[in-house]
Amino acid sequence: MECPHCKKNHDDSVLKTNLMVCPECGYHFRISPQERIKYISDEGSFVELFCGIKTSNPIDMEGYEEKLEAAKAKTSLDEAVVTGSCTVENRSVLLGIMSFDFMGGSMGSVVGEKITRLMLKGAKDKTPVIIYTTSGGARMQEGLFSLMQMAKTSSAAARLDEEGVPYFVMLCDPTTGGVTASFAMLGDIICAEPGALIGFAGPRVIEGTIKQKLPEGFQRAEFQQQKGFVDCIVPRAEQKAFWVKMIDAHKIAGK
Amino acid sequence: MTENEMKDKDLLEQLQRLAKERGFDITEEIAGITEKLEASEKSVSQVWEKVELARHPDRPRTLDYINMIIDDFVELHGDRFYGDDPAMVGGIGFLDGIPVTVIGNMKGRNLKETIERNGGMANPEGYRKALRLAKQAEKFSRPVITFIDTQGAYPGLGSEERGIGEAIAVNLREFSRLKTPVICIVIGEGGSGGALGIGVGDKIYMLENAIYSVISPEGCASILLRDSARAKDAAAMLKITSKDVLSMHVTNGVISEPQGGAQSDIDATAASIKHRIKSDLEKLMKKNPEVLVKYRNKKIQEMGVFSELSK
Repeated sequence: MECPHCKKNHDDSVLKTNLMVCPECGYHFRISPQERIKYISDEGSFVELFCGIKTSNPIDMEGYEEKLEAAKAKTSLDEAVVTGSCTVENRSVLLGIMSFDFMGGSMGSVVGEKITRLMLKGAKDKTPVIIYTTSGGARMQEGLFSLMQMAKTSSAAARLDEEGVPYFVMLCDPTTGGVTASFAMLGDIICAEPGALIGFAGPRVIEGTIKQKLPEGFQRAEFQQQKGFVDCIVPRAEQKAFWVKMIDAHKIAGK
Repeated sequence: MTENEMKDKDLLEQLQRLAKERGFDITEEIAGITEKLEASEKSVSQVWEKVELARHPDRPRTLDYINMIIDDFVELHGDRFYGDDPAMVGGIGFLDGIPVTVIGNMKGRNLKETIERNGGMANPEGYRKALRLAKQAEKFSRPVITFIDTQGAYPGLGSEERGIGEAIAVNLREFSRLKTPVICIVIGEGGSGGALGIGVGDKIYMLENAIYSVISPEGCASILLRDSARAKDAAAMLKITSKDVLSMHVTNGVISEPQGGAQSDIDATAASIKHRIKSDLEKLMKKNPEVLVKYRNKKIQEMGVFSELSK
């Protein structure tokens, strides 16, 4: 496979061993929730939760059902987020991982509901919540219901906050739109993968507004850290150990 | 018009031509199809009429309503952090003697003001000003009233540099737990996240000709329909009118406008808005703030449509 960043060719097996990170330049390939669960959670510990929720077509959008079927076939997932419980070096964690391959990681009613249930469970069980985000934004096909998921997930984040339960976010490439402007930016600790595109408006829209080329590195993880919105950038190989440190450093009151 | 409807229209034209050539009479058969297509075209143009009204340059703005509804309004400026966003106005006043905090998107009323106010598109400092004022309202038990009228948050360089995503997200979280009544009214354009940033509350209303959408019809046409010229079709598909949004249970009601839209009788429209707010405040202000917040979040949590496979 060729690295889209440095153009060097690597053996698929080499990339896989390296967690889909280019050994030459460090470019972090986009990967699936299934691949992420493997390197984050202790082997065999992941139990999927909230998977019985079926997506509807609430504003009767033409072509939506076909797009959903195609996305399910492409990803072997039911929706753009996988939620569940697992252990990370024996620490109990609730994990949510989004899929960009599933309709661009767009957030509709089901993504909103799964994220919400995950957070509310964390608040109730006093278990830390970790969410990996990747999204093009709110899912157009569900109209205003999708927009409301921003309010819904943010309200759930407030519950987590009130219970003193840690909520950690890993912003992955790309994280944009309604997901950025809601639960993605509400973590107690907000991390990002190196080079990830993170922002609200898409780069092309901004270019259209300012009628100029965007500055080098604009909206990348490093830029967001420099501007003050990302706590730290954590390369993929270091993420599991990083979560262990964070979990241990965040005591939950009343637990 | 949907893809299928466009195909139907083509088919219909073909049929009519063929029938004419062959001397067949298929008037009855095509009558049904024509009726359906005409109804669809009518609804597309009806929806677009509302879009045009919602975006009309003469449509009353936030400050127009504030001046008519709120007594002794004092505008308060700044986010105490970076600057003062002219696209978002806020302040304190009295609604028939009740101290209130009012916040709203402010488009201009003429070309000069539109430029000064960035067309009503707020930057992060606008949302942070809104939050600052809302927290003050909570501290001193003033209800918060918001007027929503924006095509969206400003998609500029500075906006991203100053964390527009974070600003909106924090507002969504904080407004969800504000211990004081919050009433939000979409008076013109409810432009996606930019609108929602001051759109979380106990009661949400739309003026009859207002629109509220997850994406602009133009944006939807460009991305989903791959034809930026089909904004009218996209608008109809997205279900963005006050009637549509009410049926989604996202709003609590529709505030009617006079014939010809709010601009034809601002006094009457302002009076309708004032009446609605007062009526709600009477009930909301009696509630225990914790109960208020609980109920507000219950409604927020109920938004969305999906089905569940029984175990």
